[in-house]
Amino acid sequence: MFDFSIVTAWIDHFLRTYLDEGWALLVEFVLVGLVILTVYAVLALLLIYIERKICAFFQCRIGPNRVGPWGVFQSVADMVKILLKEIIKIDRADPLLFRIASFLVIIASICTFGAIPFDPALHAVNFNMGVFYLLAVSSLGVIGILLAGWSSNNKYTMIGAMRSGAQLISYELSCGLSLMSIVVLAGSMQLSEIVNQQAEMWFIFKGHIPACIAFLIYLIAGHAETNRGPFDLPEAESELTAGYHTEYSGIQFGFFYLAEYLNMFIIAAIASTMFLGGWMPLHIVGWEAFNGVMDMIPPVVWFFGKTFFCVFLALWIRWSFPRLRIDQLLSLEWKVLMPLALINILFMALCVM
Amino acid sequence: MKLLNYIQTILIGIYRLLQGMYITMLNFIRPKVTEQYPENRGKVFPHERMRGALTMPHNEDNQHKCTACSICMMNCPNGTIQVITKQEVDETTGKEKKVLDRYLYDIGSCTFCAICTLSCPQNAIEWSIDFEHAVFTRAKLNLQLNKEGSSLIKKEKITKE
Repeated sequence: MFDFSIVTAWIDHFLRTYLDEGWALLVEFVLVGLVILTVYAVLALLLIYIERKICAFFQCRIGPNRVGPWGVFQSVADMVKILLKEIIKIDRADPLLFRIASFLVIIASICTFGAIPFDPALHAVNFNMGVFYLLAVSSLGVIGILLAGWSSNNKYTMIGAMRSGAQLISYELSCGLSLMSIVVLAGSMQLSEIVNQQAEMWFIFKGHIPACIAFLIYLIAGHAETNRGPFDLPEAESELTAGYHTEYSGIQFGFFYLAEYLNMFIIAAIASTMFLGGWMPLHIVGWEAFNGVMDMIPPVVWFFGKTFFCVFLALWIRWSFPRLRIDQLLSLEWKVLMPLALINILFMALCVM
Repeated sequence: MKLLNYIQTILIGIYRLLQGMYITMLNFIRPKVTEQYPENRGKVFPHERMRGALTMPHNEDNQHKCTACSICMMNCPNGTIQVITKQEVDETTGKEKKVLDRYLYDIGSCTFCAICTLSCPQNAIEWSIDFEHAVFTRAKLNLQLNKEGSSLIKKEKITKE
Protein backbone atom coordinates (compact mmCIF):
# COMPACT_ATOMS: atom_id res chain seq x y z
CA MET A 1 0.00 0.00 0.00
CA PHE A 2 1.56 3.24 -1.15
CA ASP A 3 1.14 6.35 0.93
CA PHE A 4 2.88 9.68 0.93
CA SER A 5 4.74 9.12 4.21
CA ILE A 6 7.64 7.75 2.12
CA VAL A 7 7.83 10.99 0.11
CA THR A 8 7.42 13.32 3.09
CA ALA A 9 9.90 11.36 5.23
CA TRP A 10 12.45 11.49 2.41
CA ILE A 11 12.02 15.27 1.99
CA ASP A 12 12.28 15.76 5.77
CA HIS A 13 15.45 13.65 5.92
CA PHE A 14 16.95 15.43 2.90
CA LEU A 15 16.34 18.89 4.38
CA ARG A 16 17.65 17.95 7.81
CA THR A 17 20.91 16.61 6.41
CA TYR A 18 21.70 19.94 4.73
CA LEU A 19 20.05 22.49 7.07
CA ASP A 20 19.66 23.25 10.77
CA GLU A 21 16.54 22.18 12.63
CA GLY A 22 14.87 25.62 12.42
CA TRP A 23 15.70 26.29 8.77
CA ALA A 24 14.54 22.84 7.76
CA LEU A 25 11.22 23.46 9.49
CA LEU A 26 10.88 26.84 7.78
CA VAL A 27 11.53 25.33 4.36
CA GLU A 28 9.03 22.60 5.12
CA PHE A 29 6.39 25.13 6.12
CA VAL A 30 6.90 27.04 2.89
CA LEU A 31 6.78 23.82 0.89
CA VAL A 32 3.57 22.71 2.56
CA GLY A 33 1.98 26.09 1.88
CA LEU A 34 3.03 26.00 -1.77
CA VAL A 35 1.77 22.47 -2.24
CA ILE A 36 -1.58 23.35 -0.65
CA LEU A 37 -1.98 26.41 -2.88
CA THR A 38 -1.03 24.45 -6.00
CA VAL A 39 -3.35 21.56 -5.21
CA TYR A 40 -6.08 24.10 -4.44
CA ALA A 41 -5.73 25.78 -7.84
CA VAL A 42 -5.41 22.53 -9.79
CA LEU A 43 -8.42 21.02 -8.03
CA ALA A 44 -10.42 24.14 -8.81
CA LEU A 45 -9.63 23.75 -12.53
CA LEU A 46 -10.50 20.07 -12.38
CA LEU A 47 -13.75 20.74 -10.53
CA ILE A 48 -14.82 23.43 -12.99
CA TYR A 49 -14.25 21.00 -15.85
CA ILE A 50 -16.09 18.20 -14.03
CA GLU A 51 -18.97 20.50 -13.16
CA ARG A 52 -19.39 21.69 -16.73
CA LYS A 53 -19.14 18.20 -18.15
CA ILE A 54 -21.57 16.64 -15.67
CA CYS A 55 -23.98 19.54 -15.99
CA ALA A 56 -23.92 19.02 -19.74
CA PHE A 57 -24.57 15.32 -19.37
CA PHE A 58 -27.57 15.96 -17.15
CA GLN A 59 -28.95 18.25 -19.85
CA CYS A 60 -28.24 15.75 -22.65
CA ARG A 61 -25.41 17.83 -24.07
CA ILE A 62 -21.74 16.94 -24.57
CA GLY A 63 -20.25 19.93 -22.80
CA PRO A 64 -16.83 21.47 -23.46
CA ASN A 65 -15.25 19.52 -26.30
CA ARG A 66 -13.09 21.94 -28.33
CA VAL A 67 -10.01 22.78 -26.22
CA GLY A 68 -7.89 19.67 -26.11
CA PRO A 69 -9.21 16.10 -26.20
CA TRP A 70 -12.76 16.04 -24.74
CA GLY A 71 -12.23 19.68 -23.82
CA VAL A 72 -9.97 18.93 -20.86
CA PHE A 73 -8.06 22.21 -21.24
CA GLN A 74 -11.22 24.31 -21.27
CA SER A 75 -10.85 25.44 -17.67
CA VAL A 76 -7.16 26.26 -18.25
CA ALA A 77 -8.22 28.53 -21.10
CA ASP A 78 -10.86 30.08 -18.85
CA MET A 79 -8.21 30.66 -16.18
CA VAL A 80 -5.94 32.44 -18.64
CA LYS A 81 -8.89 34.58 -19.73
CA ILE A 82 -9.80 35.51 -16.18
CA LEU A 83 -6.17 36.38 -15.34
CA LEU A 84 -5.96 38.71 -18.33
CA LYS A 85 -9.11 40.64 -17.47
CA GLU A 86 -9.08 44.12 -16.04
CA ILE A 87 -9.94 44.72 -12.39
CA ILE A 88 -12.56 47.43 -12.67
CA LYS A 89 -12.60 50.19 -10.07
CA ILE A 90 -16.20 50.57 -8.89
CA ASP A 91 -17.43 54.12 -8.54
CA ARG A 92 -18.21 55.06 -4.89
CA ALA A 93 -17.47 51.55 -3.67
CA ASP A 94 -15.61 51.19 -0.39
CA PRO A 95 -12.14 50.51 -1.85
CA LEU A 96 -10.53 48.74 1.10
CA LEU A 97 -13.42 46.45 2.00
CA PHE A 98 -14.09 45.80 -1.67
CA ARG A 99 -10.49 44.62 -2.13
CA ILE A 100 -10.18 42.47 0.99
CA ALA A 101 -13.59 40.78 0.72
CA SER A 102 -12.48 38.38 -2.01
CA PHE A 103 -9.31 37.58 -0.07
CA LEU A 104 -11.30 36.81 3.08
CA VAL A 105 -13.46 34.35 1.18
CA ILE A 106 -10.55 32.53 -0.39
CA ILE A 107 -8.42 32.56 2.79
CA ALA A 108 -11.26 30.91 4.74
CA SER A 109 -11.54 28.34 1.99
CA ILE A 110 -7.78 27.61 1.88
CA CYS A 111 -7.54 27.35 5.68
CA THR A 112 -10.27 24.73 5.65
CA PHE A 113 -8.62 22.98 2.73
CA GLY A 114 -5.37 22.63 4.68
CA ALA A 115 -7.04 20.72 7.50
CA ILE A 116 -8.38 17.93 5.29
CA PRO A 117 -6.60 14.57 5.67
CA PHE A 118 -5.83 13.48 2.10
CA ASP A 119 -3.58 10.65 3.17
CA PRO A 120 -2.03 9.38 6.42
CA ALA A 121 0.95 11.62 5.69
CA LEU A 122 -0.70 14.44 3.76
CA HIS A 123 -2.42 16.21 6.60
CA ALA A 124 -1.14 19.73 7.08
CA VAL A 125 -3.23 20.95 10.03
CA ASN A 126 -4.01 18.22 12.57
CA PHE A 127 -5.30 19.77 15.79
CA ASN A 128 -6.89 17.77 18.57
CA MET A 129 -10.05 19.81 17.88
CA GLY A 130 -9.91 19.50 14.10
CA VAL A 131 -13.67 19.34 13.51
CA PHE A 132 -14.15 22.48 15.54
CA TYR A 133 -11.39 24.18 13.54
CA LEU A 134 -13.02 23.13 10.25
CA LEU A 135 -16.38 24.57 11.27
CA ALA A 136 -14.88 27.76 12.67
CA VAL A 137 -12.67 28.52 9.68
CA SER A 138 -15.18 27.59 7.01
CA SER A 139 -17.74 29.94 8.55
CA LEU A 140 -15.28 32.85 8.23
CA GLY A 141 -16.12 32.99 4.53
CA VAL A 142 -19.50 34.55 5.28
CA ILE A 143 -17.73 37.69 6.51
CA GLY A 144 -16.08 38.04 3.12
CA ILE A 145 -19.40 37.53 1.37
CA LEU A 146 -21.17 40.11 3.54
CA LEU A 147 -18.33 42.61 3.04
CA ALA A 148 -18.39 42.04 -0.71
CA GLY A 149 -22.09 42.70 -0.86
CA TRP A 150 -21.90 45.73 1.40
CA SER A 151 -18.91 47.45 -0.16
CA SER A 152 -19.93 47.08 -3.81
CA ASN A 153 -22.45 49.94 -3.64
CA ASN A 154 -25.09 47.95 -5.45
CA LYS A 155 -28.57 46.81 -4.48
CA TYR A 156 -28.18 43.36 -6.02
CA THR A 157 -24.98 42.59 -4.19
CA MET A 158 -26.47 43.86 -0.94
CA ILE A 159 -29.55 41.66 -1.19
CA GLY A 160 -27.43 38.72 -2.29
CA ALA A 161 -25.06 39.14 0.61
CA MET A 162 -27.89 39.46 3.13
CA ARG A 163 -29.54 36.32 1.80
CA SER A 164 -26.21 34.56 1.84
CA GLY A 165 -25.58 35.63 5.44
CA ALA A 166 -28.98 34.38 6.59
CA GLN A 167 -28.54 31.15 4.71
CA LEU A 168 -24.97 30.38 5.73
CA ILE A 169 -25.43 31.21 9.40
CA SER A 170 -28.59 29.13 9.75
CA TYR A 171 -27.31 26.14 7.80
CA GLU A 172 -24.04 26.26 9.72
CA LEU A 173 -26.07 25.07 12.72
CA SER A 174 -27.41 21.81 11.33
CA CYS A 175 -24.09 21.26 9.54
CA GLY A 176 -22.24 21.50 12.85
CA LEU A 177 -24.83 19.47 14.75
CA SER A 178 -24.70 16.61 12.27
CA LEU A 179 -20.90 16.57 12.52
CA MET A 180 -21.24 16.65 16.30
CA SER A 181 -23.17 13.39 16.24
CA ILE A 182 -20.17 11.78 14.53
CA VAL A 183 -17.90 13.37 17.13
CA VAL A 184 -20.09 11.75 19.79
CA LEU A 185 -19.65 8.42 18.05
CA ALA A 186 -15.89 8.80 17.63
CA GLY A 187 -15.26 10.37 21.02
CA SER A 188 -12.65 12.62 19.46
CA MET A 189 -12.46 15.83 17.46
CA GLN A 190 -9.11 15.08 15.90
CA LEU A 191 -9.54 14.28 12.22
CA SER A 192 -6.71 11.72 12.07
CA GLU A 193 -8.15 9.96 15.12
CA ILE A 194 -11.62 9.96 13.55
CA VAL A 195 -10.25 8.42 10.35
CA ASN A 196 -8.25 5.82 12.27
CA GLN A 197 -11.32 4.77 14.21
CA GLN A 198 -13.02 3.90 10.92
CA ALA A 199 -10.43 1.23 10.12
CA GLU A 200 -12.81 -1.60 10.98
CA MET A 201 -15.96 -0.06 9.67
CA TRP A 202 -16.92 3.33 8.26
CA PHE A 203 -18.97 5.51 10.57
CA ILE A 204 -21.96 5.52 8.27
CA PHE A 205 -22.23 1.74 8.81
CA LYS A 206 -20.99 1.74 12.39
CA GLY A 207 -23.42 4.42 13.54
CA HIS A 208 -26.53 2.67 12.24
CA ILE A 209 -29.51 4.91 11.53
CA PRO A 210 -28.35 8.05 13.39
CA ALA A 211 -25.20 8.17 11.26
CA CYS A 212 -27.23 7.81 8.06
CA ILE A 213 -29.55 10.63 9.13
CA ALA A 214 -26.56 12.76 10.08
CA PHE A 215 -24.98 12.06 6.69
CA LEU A 216 -28.17 13.11 4.91
CA ILE A 217 -28.51 16.28 7.00
CA TYR A 218 -24.86 17.08 6.47
CA LEU A 219 -25.17 16.65 2.70
CA ILE A 220 -28.19 18.97 2.53
CA ALA A 221 -26.83 21.59 4.92
CA GLY A 222 -23.35 21.46 3.42
CA HIS A 223 -24.80 21.81 -0.04
CA ALA A 224 -26.70 24.88 1.13
CA GLU A 225 -23.48 26.30 2.57
CA THR A 226 -21.80 26.23 -0.82
CA ASN A 227 -24.49 28.57 -2.22
CA ARG A 228 -25.25 26.19 -5.04
CA GLY A 229 -27.97 24.08 -6.46
CA PRO A 230 -31.49 24.56 -5.17
CA PHE A 231 -30.04 26.83 -2.49
CA ASP A 232 -28.43 29.38 -4.83
CA LEU A 233 -30.56 32.31 -3.66
CA PRO A 234 -27.53 34.50 -2.87
CA GLU A 235 -26.50 34.48 -6.52
CA ALA A 236 -29.82 33.79 -8.18
CA GLU A 237 -29.05 34.87 -11.73
CA SER A 238 -32.61 35.61 -12.70
CA GLU A 239 -33.20 37.84 -9.69
CA LEU A 240 -29.88 39.32 -8.61
CA THR A 241 -27.60 39.20 -11.70
CA ALA A 242 -24.82 37.40 -9.84
CA GLY A 243 -25.56 38.18 -6.20
CA TYR A 244 -22.74 39.35 -3.99
CA HIS A 245 -20.04 39.15 -6.66
CA THR A 246 -21.88 41.14 -9.32
CA GLU A 247 -19.39 44.02 -9.26
CA TYR A 248 -16.23 41.94 -9.20
CA SER A 249 -14.10 41.33 -12.26
CA GLY A 250 -10.85 39.72 -13.24
CA ILE A 251 -8.92 37.76 -10.65
CA GLN A 252 -11.07 39.06 -7.81
CA PHE A 253 -14.08 37.41 -9.37
CA GLY A 254 -11.82 34.42 -9.94
CA PHE A 255 -11.23 34.19 -6.19
CA PHE A 256 -14.97 33.97 -5.53
CA TYR A 257 -15.35 31.44 -8.30
CA LEU A 258 -12.45 29.34 -7.01
CA ALA A 259 -13.74 29.50 -3.45
CA GLU A 260 -17.20 28.42 -4.56
CA TYR A 261 -15.92 25.32 -6.33
CA LEU A 262 -13.41 24.47 -3.62
CA ASN A 263 -16.08 24.85 -0.95
CA MET A 264 -18.04 22.22 -2.80
CA PHE A 265 -14.96 19.99 -2.72
CA ILE A 266 -14.29 20.76 0.95
CA ILE A 267 -17.85 19.93 1.97
CA ALA A 268 -17.59 16.66 0.04
CA ALA A 269 -14.17 15.95 1.58
CA ILE A 270 -15.45 16.54 5.12
CA ALA A 271 -18.45 14.33 4.40
CA SER A 272 -16.18 11.56 3.15
CA THR A 273 -13.77 11.99 6.08
CA MET A 274 -16.40 11.99 8.79
CA PHE A 275 -18.88 9.48 7.39
CA LEU A 276 -17.21 7.43 4.64
CA GLY A 277 -13.87 6.82 6.28
CA GLY A 278 -11.67 9.42 4.56
CA TRP A 279 -8.57 7.74 3.17
CA MET A 280 -9.39 4.52 5.01
CA PRO A 281 -10.06 1.59 2.66
CA LEU A 282 -13.29 -0.38 2.88
CA HIS A 283 -12.79 -3.08 5.50
CA ILE A 284 -15.21 -5.78 6.50
CA VAL A 285 -14.50 -7.59 9.76
CA GLY A 286 -13.61 -11.23 9.15
CA TRP A 287 -13.00 -10.99 5.42
CA GLU A 288 -9.18 -10.93 5.55
CA ALA A 289 -8.57 -11.55 1.83
CA PHE A 290 -11.03 -8.83 0.85
CA ASN A 291 -9.41 -6.39 3.29
CA GLY A 292 -6.00 -7.25 1.84
CA VAL A 293 -7.18 -6.47 -1.70
CA MET A 294 -8.73 -3.19 -0.51
CA ASP A 295 -5.46 -2.25 1.20
CA MET A 296 -3.64 -2.52 -2.14
CA ILE A 297 -5.44 0.62 -3.37
CA PRO A 298 -3.55 3.71 -2.18
CA PRO A 299 -5.30 5.87 0.45
CA VAL A 300 -5.20 8.93 -1.83
CA VAL A 301 -7.27 7.09 -4.40
CA TRP A 302 -9.77 6.08 -1.71
CA PHE A 303 -10.00 9.65 -0.46
CA PHE A 304 -10.50 11.21 -3.86
CA GLY A 305 -12.86 8.45 -4.95
CA LYS A 306 -15.17 9.04 -1.99
CA THR A 307 -14.88 12.81 -2.27
CA PHE A 308 -15.72 12.88 -5.95
CA PHE A 309 -18.63 10.55 -5.26
CA CYS A 310 -19.94 13.18 -2.83
CA VAL A 311 -19.19 15.92 -5.37
CA PHE A 312 -21.20 14.00 -7.93
CA LEU A 313 -24.10 13.75 -5.47
CA ALA A 314 -23.94 17.53 -4.99
CA LEU A 315 -23.95 18.10 -8.76
CA TRP A 316 -26.77 15.64 -9.23
CA ILE A 317 -28.87 17.54 -6.70
CA ARG A 318 -27.86 20.86 -8.18
CA TRP A 319 -29.01 19.99 -11.66
CA SER A 320 -32.19 18.22 -10.55
CA PHE A 321 -34.10 20.69 -8.44
CA PRO A 322 -35.44 24.21 -8.92
CA ARG A 323 -34.47 27.06 -6.62
CA LEU A 324 -36.17 27.42 -3.23
CA ARG A 325 -37.87 30.57 -2.08
CA ILE A 326 -36.20 32.35 0.84
CA ASP A 327 -38.96 31.48 3.34
CA GLN A 328 -38.97 27.85 2.19
CA LEU A 329 -35.22 27.80 2.56
CA LEU A 330 -35.30 29.06 6.13
CA SER A 331 -38.25 26.92 7.18
CA LEU A 332 -36.46 23.86 5.79
CA GLU A 333 -33.54 24.66 8.06
CA TRP A 334 -35.31 25.76 11.24
CA LYS A 335 -38.33 23.46 11.10
CA VAL A 336 -36.86 20.30 9.60
CA LEU A 337 -33.09 19.99 9.58
CA MET A 338 -32.21 21.54 12.94
CA PRO A 339 -34.78 19.64 15.06
CA LEU A 340 -33.84 16.45 13.26
CA ALA A 341 -30.15 17.06 13.88
CA LEU A 342 -30.75 17.76 17.57
CA ILE A 343 -32.85 14.62 18.04
CA ASN A 344 -30.26 12.73 16.05
CA ILE A 345 -27.48 13.70 18.46
CA LEU A 346 -29.62 12.39 21.29
CA PHE A 347 -30.17 9.10 19.49
CA MET A 348 -26.46 8.86 18.71
CA ALA A 349 -25.60 9.44 22.35
CA LEU A 350 -28.03 6.69 23.35
CA CYS A 351 -26.51 4.36 20.75
CA VAL A 352 -22.99 5.05 22.01
CA MET A 353 -24.04 4.46 25.61
CA MET B 1 -50.90 13.13 15.46
CA LYS B 2 -49.17 16.35 14.58
CA LEU B 3 -45.75 14.74 14.99
CA LEU B 4 -46.82 11.83 12.82
CA ASN B 5 -47.96 14.26 10.15
CA TYR B 6 -44.63 16.07 10.38
CA ILE B 7 -42.63 12.88 9.87
CA GLN B 8 -44.94 11.77 7.08
CA THR B 9 -44.42 15.09 5.26
CA ILE B 10 -40.65 14.70 5.50
CA LEU B 11 -40.73 11.13 4.18
CA ILE B 12 -43.06 12.02 1.31
CA GLY B 13 -40.81 14.96 0.51
CA ILE B 14 -37.74 12.72 0.37
CA TYR B 15 -39.62 10.25 -1.84
CA ARG B 16 -40.60 13.01 -4.28
CA LEU B 17 -37.04 14.35 -4.38
CA LEU B 18 -35.74 10.85 -5.15
CA GLN B 19 -38.25 10.60 -7.98
CA GLY B 20 -36.84 13.80 -9.46
CA MET B 21 -33.30 12.56 -9.08
CA TYR B 22 -34.27 9.31 -10.80
CA ILE B 23 -35.52 11.28 -13.81
CA THR B 24 -32.32 13.33 -14.05
CA MET B 25 -30.22 10.18 -13.73
CA LEU B 26 -32.10 8.69 -16.67
CA ASN B 27 -31.15 11.81 -18.62
CA PHE B 28 -27.56 11.52 -17.45
CA ILE B 29 -27.09 8.05 -18.91
CA ARG B 30 -29.14 8.71 -22.05
CA PRO B 31 -27.19 8.99 -25.32
CA LYS B 32 -26.44 12.63 -26.05
CA VAL B 33 -28.27 14.39 -28.86
CA THR B 34 -25.69 17.10 -29.60
CA GLU B 35 -24.50 17.26 -33.23
CA GLN B 36 -20.88 18.32 -33.52
CA TYR B 37 -21.10 20.43 -36.64
CA PRO B 38 -17.79 20.66 -38.45
CA GLU B 39 -17.05 16.99 -37.74
CA ASN B 40 -20.38 15.71 -39.03
CA ARG B 41 -20.35 18.01 -42.05
CA GLY B 42 -22.05 16.31 -44.96
CA LYS B 43 -23.30 13.42 -42.82
CA VAL B 44 -26.26 15.05 -41.12
CA PHE B 45 -28.69 17.21 -43.06
CA PRO B 46 -31.30 19.63 -41.80
CA HIS B 47 -34.93 18.86 -42.34
CA GLU B 48 -35.98 18.67 -45.99
CA ARG B 49 -38.45 21.56 -45.52
CA MET B 50 -35.67 23.87 -44.32
CA ARG B 51 -35.44 27.14 -46.29
CA GLY B 52 -31.73 27.28 -46.89
CA ALA B 53 -31.43 29.19 -50.14
CA LEU B 54 -33.63 29.92 -53.15
CA THR B 55 -32.77 27.80 -56.15
CA MET B 56 -34.08 27.33 -59.64
CA PRO B 57 -33.96 23.68 -60.68
CA HIS B 58 -32.70 22.99 -64.20
CA ASN B 59 -33.18 19.75 -66.08
CA GLU B 60 -30.43 17.94 -67.97
CA ASP B 61 -31.00 20.03 -71.11
CA ASN B 62 -30.26 23.21 -69.10
CA GLN B 63 -33.90 24.21 -69.14
CA HIS B 64 -35.93 25.78 -66.33
CA LYS B 65 -39.64 26.42 -65.78
CA CYS B 66 -39.49 30.19 -65.25
CA THR B 67 -41.67 32.14 -67.65
CA ALA B 68 -40.37 35.51 -66.35
CA CYS B 69 -43.84 36.55 -65.17
CA SER B 70 -42.19 38.56 -62.32
CA ILE B 71 -44.86 37.65 -59.75
CA CYS B 72 -42.14 36.59 -57.33
CA MET B 73 -40.37 39.93 -57.80
CA MET B 74 -43.61 41.82 -57.10
CA ASN B 75 -44.45 39.69 -54.07
CA CYS B 76 -41.01 39.88 -52.50
CA PRO B 77 -41.25 42.17 -49.44
CA ASN B 78 -37.56 43.13 -49.51
CA GLY B 79 -36.83 43.53 -53.17
CA THR B 80 -34.55 40.56 -52.95
CA ILE B 81 -35.52 39.13 -56.31
CA GLN B 82 -34.91 40.88 -59.60
CA VAL B 83 -36.23 39.32 -62.79
CA ILE B 84 -34.56 40.80 -65.85
CA THR B 85 -36.29 39.92 -69.11
CA LYS B 86 -35.56 40.17 -72.77
CA GLN B 87 -37.62 39.92 -75.98
CA GLU B 88 -37.06 36.87 -78.11
CA VAL B 89 -38.71 35.56 -81.26
CA ASP B 90 -40.54 32.30 -80.71
CA GLU B 91 -39.55 29.67 -83.29
CA THR B 92 -42.94 27.99 -83.70
CA THR B 93 -45.23 31.02 -83.79
CA GLY B 94 -42.76 33.60 -85.07
CA LYS B 95 -43.98 36.17 -82.56
CA GLU B 96 -41.88 38.19 -80.16
CA LYS B 97 -42.10 36.86 -76.63
CA LYS B 98 -40.79 37.90 -73.19
CA VAL B 99 -38.27 35.40 -71.82
CA LEU B 100 -36.02 35.30 -68.78
CA ASP B 101 -32.63 36.88 -69.18
CA ARG B 102 -31.24 36.93 -65.66
CA TYR B 103 -32.88 35.90 -62.36
CA LEU B 104 -30.98 37.83 -59.65
CA TYR B 105 -31.35 36.83 -56.03
CA ASP B 106 -29.67 38.78 -53.20
CA ILE B 107 -29.47 36.29 -50.33
CA GLY B 108 -28.16 39.01 -48.06
CA SER B 109 -31.53 40.75 -47.92
CA CYS B 110 -33.70 37.62 -48.06
CA THR B 111 -35.79 36.88 -44.96
CA PHE B 112 -36.68 33.37 -46.16
CA CYS B 113 -40.40 34.13 -45.93
CA ALA B 114 -41.10 31.82 -48.89
CA ILE B 115 -43.74 34.08 -50.47
CA CYS B 116 -41.88 33.80 -53.78
CA THR B 117 -42.10 30.02 -53.93
CA LEU B 118 -45.73 30.07 -52.77
CA SER B 119 -46.78 32.57 -55.42
CA CYS B 120 -44.85 31.10 -58.33
CA PRO B 121 -47.47 29.78 -60.81
CA GLN B 122 -44.96 27.51 -62.56
CA ASN B 123 -43.16 26.12 -59.46
CA ALA B 124 -39.98 27.30 -61.11
CA ILE B 125 -38.17 28.18 -57.89
CA GLU B 126 -37.79 26.14 -54.74
CA TRP B 127 -35.82 26.01 -51.51
CA SER B 128 -32.66 24.01 -51.02
CA ILE B 129 -31.42 22.83 -47.63
CA ASP B 130 -27.94 24.25 -48.25
CA PHE B 131 -27.17 26.42 -45.22
CA GLU B 132 -23.47 27.30 -45.38
CA HIS B 133 -23.78 30.83 -46.69
CA ALA B 134 -20.79 32.54 -45.10
CA VAL B 135 -18.72 34.54 -47.60
CA PHE B 136 -16.12 37.27 -47.25
CA THR B 137 -17.66 40.06 -49.33
CA ARG B 138 -21.14 41.42 -49.74
CA ALA B 139 -20.96 41.06 -53.53
CA LYS B 140 -20.74 37.28 -53.26
CA LEU B 141 -24.24 37.23 -51.80
CA ASN B 142 -25.74 38.41 -55.09
CA LEU B 143 -26.57 35.21 -56.87
CA GLN B 144 -27.86 34.52 -60.36
CA LEU B 145 -30.24 31.60 -60.19
CA ASN B 146 -30.63 30.72 -63.86
CA LYS B 147 -27.61 29.17 -65.47
CA GLU B 148 -25.86 30.60 -68.51
CA GLY B 149 -27.65 29.84 -71.76
CA SER B 150 -30.63 28.22 -70.08
CA SER B 151 -34.07 28.37 -71.61
CA LEU B 152 -37.71 27.68 -70.82
CA ILE B 153 -38.95 24.11 -70.91
CA LYS B 154 -41.12 23.70 -74.00
CA LYS B 155 -44.62 22.67 -73.06
CA GLU B 156 -46.48 20.37 -75.38
CA LYS B 157 -49.76 22.22 -75.48
CA ILE B 158 -51.26 20.02 -78.17
CA THR B 159 -51.43 16.93 -75.96
CA LYS B 160 -53.30 18.85 -73.30
CA GLU B 161 -56.05 20.31 -75.44
